[in-house]
Amino acid sequence: MKIGVSSTGQAISSSADPRFGRCSHFAIYDTNDNSYRFISNNAQQAGGGAGIAAAQQMIDEDVEIILTGNMGPNAYNVIKGNGIKVFRIGAATIEKAIQLFREAKLEEISEAGAAHFGMGRRWGGI
Amino acid sequence: MNLCILSGKGGTGKTTVAVNLAVLMQACYFDCDVEEPNGFIFLRPEHITAEKVFVEYPVIDSDKCTLCGQCARACQYNALAATKKNIMLFPTLCHGCHACEIVCDPGAITYLPRPVGSVEKGAAHGVECVRGIMNVGEHMAVPVIRQLLRNLNISKNNILDAAPGTSCNVVNTLRRSDAAVIVTEPTIFGLHDMSIAVELLRQMNIPFAVVINKSQNNDAMIQKYCSENRIKLLGSIPYAKKAAEAYSEGQIISKLPEFHLSYASIADKVQEAFSWN
Repeated sequence: MKIGVSSTGQAISSSADPRFGRCSHFAIYDTNDNSYRFISNNAQQAGGGAGIAAAQQMIDEDVEIILTGNMGPNAYNVIKGNGIKVFRIGAATIEKAIQLFREAKLEEISEAGAAHFGMGRRWGGI
Repeated sequence: MNLCILSGKGGTGKTTVAVNLAVLMQACYFDCDVEEPNGFIFLRPEHITAEKVFVEYPVIDSDKCTLCGQCARACQYNALAATKKNIMLFPTLCHGCHACEIVCDPGAITYLPRPVGSVEKGAAHGVECVRGIMNVGEHMAVPVIRQLLRNLNISKNNILDAAPGTSCNVVNTLRRSDAAVIVTEPTIFGLHDMSIAVELLRQMNIPFAVVINKSQNNDAMIQKYCSENRIKLLGSIPYAKKAAEAYSEGQIISKLPEFHLSYASIADKVQEAFSWN
């Protein structure tokens, strides 16, 4: 089974990114051989619909679990439509996030969070 | 002739200047700030007719669709997602570009129109008043601006009241403009954002001049910039509580005796500068 984690960098010591659509990388952890792979988030610089494109990338990577801080309504609908589960992480490294998930210490996100989370207050948070 | 009124910075008085110039010069008024059109609050046109603006969106025939995902990969706006069960569409992100149709091998995609806004026309003070307005929840202003500007009558003089900033919304308004007036205010923000508008106008090769609004005898900063950059300054409108009060009541400020002269002088200079008919 593959687990995708929104990440700020390309190492297991990198911090997990609370943002889903606009994170810089995804860590792809494979439970079969405990391996990590890092891929850049193609949607990071998207003009719009970044969450949708990031969700598409997770589907294309055959990820079954996503660990992130917050997921907007569009991305959540795509993820949910594909039967992928999402769990919330706080401040943690990638390695720690996977460890917490394996210890069943993370809460499942059962509804979408605010759209455009983490884009600053420039547009009044809408 | 089409004259665009823009500013760079928001809130400098584009609509105030545009509405007053349209009335004084008896030119058609086009409110191109379709995200928040407010010119009609002052002009109060009557006998308004409206036409809807549509953008096409893809409809996927699930019997023909093989879930190959080519459409989602082709979409530059992330309006489509290919899951393992279906193709999901996010209509407000779709620009109606038809790229998904081109790449769809089984030919599963057709299109339907979706209303995104409207164009409204009326008349007041002897001038034709036209505006675009977006539907609530829509993101795309450009299709509304384009349809609005298809109503331009090139045999007439038109004032195009642009959106703030220098985004696609302003660029699409400037594409139909022969000349422009930048309305700025004597503040550092006013000057900074005006300089971006100047850069855009120079790139688009559109002749322009500047009007200072909300002047409190502190125009030196703008005057210095204009003279250094060889930009014509058409005039200065005084900052006054009375102007703000009249604005808040939706009045046309140039109709007030104490402001008539400054607007009439700007209207004359606009006509002179751009040899308006």
